[in-house]
Amino acid sequence: MSWQWFHRLGSPRWFYQSSARWLPWLSLATAVVLLSGLIWGLAIAPEDAKQGNSFRIIYIHVPASFLALAGYYIMATAGAVGLIWKMKLSYMVMKSAAPIGAALTFIALFTGAIWGKPTWGTYWVWDARITSMLILLFLYLGVMALQYAYHSADVASKAGAILGLVGTVNIPIIYKSVDWWYTLHQPATIKFTSAPSMHPDMFQPLLVMIIGFYLFYAVALILHTRSEILRRERKTSWVRDLLNTKKQAKADKQAGES
Amino acid sequence: MAHSINSGFSAWLRRDLLLAYRRRGEAASPLVFFVMVSTLIPLGLTPESARLAEVAAGMIWVMALLATLLSVEGLFASDYQDGSLEQLLITPQLLPMPLLGKITAHWLTTGLPLTLVSPLLGVMLSLPAAGYLPMLCSLALGTACLSLTGAVGAALTVSLRKGGLLLSLLVMPLYMPVLIFGTATVNFAVDGLNWLPPLAILGALFAASVALCPLAAAGALRLTSAN
Repeated sequence: MSWQWFHRLGSPRWFYQSSARWLPWLSLATAVVLLSGLIWGLAIAPEDAKQGNSFRIIYIHVPASFLALAGYYIMATAGAVGLIWKMKLSYMVMKSAAPIGAALTFIALFTGAIWGKPTWGTYWVWDARITSMLILLFLYLGVMALQYAYHSADVASKAGAILGLVGTVNIPIIYKSVDWWYTLHQPATIKFTSAPSMHPDMFQPLLVMIIGFYLFYAVALILHTRSEILRRERKTSWVRDLLNTKKQAKADKQAGES
Repeated sequence: MAHSINSGFSAWLRRDLLLAYRRRGEAASPLVFFVMVSTLIPLGLTPESARLAEVAAGMIWVMALLATLLSVEGLFASDYQDGSLEQLLITPQLLPMPLLGKITAHWLTTGLPLTLVSPLLGVMLSLPAAGYLPMLCSLALGTACLSLTGAVGAALTVSLRKGGLLLSLLVMPLYMPVLIFGTATVNFAVDGLNWLPPLAILGALFAASVALCPLAAAGALRLTSAN
């Protein structure tokens, strides 16, 4: 009995139908938190003493970087769950998580470059964290490319899951080695250690934005997974019934209007 | 049981070495690549030996990495085409052991020759004298890591027609720690520092790869070769 929820998770149909019920509420919460965080961070939070208004980009940059890394672990965990319990749904989650994570990694790199120009006077430096993010982007691209290379969805999912797991083992090693490499070659002119402890007035909106990004990630992942479910299950009867009722409703509406 | 595990390892090691010996030209191409690219560096960068010496360690390491990457694609390709990979998959031995035999043969035919030729490249790129022994040690350990990690990528892409480019995309990020510690070993020695710590980390990476990569490659092969 207590394991029923777990077995239900194996059914894409159950997920599709139940997520339809609470997705609107989740989206609403995301919009509220993101909007309030943005307004608080961009308009109300005080200006930075040294960087002026340009520091405000952290309200996008930091949450995106958070989710970029967390997204890889979410993707790899979903793949591992698929390999262990042979769940179709978790492979679909894994496939959906890859492009979202890659996009967030790109956003983190891009906003970092924009922020770097006024602060350090250059768009790009070979800093440990930037380099690690770039490698993370390559890891995401590898998983995505492997998924697209196979025609059979089953092989593509399992191959992606194996690569995701190999990447998970490697990410701490890569991060540590890049860190070590950077301290070895650290250029003297640019000092970029962790931000000096932030003032609460600046930190609180950042926290709201991080929560907002987590919610946004969940919404994007669910939407992506739902479309992936429809694509992979398009030959099953429940998806056909769904399409037929949608078509019927549309036809009825048009008939009513004319 | 122990006997059959070892026989799987040594049988496939011997077979792949024999195959490499019969196709000597093919086996030599990564080595030729390694030596030829080193001519490009003075042409593209500078012929001044002082400036070459600065980049020599990194360049030799990057070239060794690329040469391994080029060769690792063929690790399973011909076996997949002629069907012997399927024979390997149905052998009674534990699959990781024959794979480890194949990977060892790959290292003996690419990584080891690269390592042995590297002093020649060191001379051509005017690597300081203190760097030679660390370069040999780090390349020997490092190319073994590259072969092992590359085998996982090769197993994942074996049944794809254009697997080579994809393979580099998959494996390149995983190669970065090896590159970092490999060049660090040589540079530490050139700068007169103790070069054993980075070499020890390379050894740790090697130990982890020996333990994990054949398992991952075996899982990947069972999956992709059925496709």
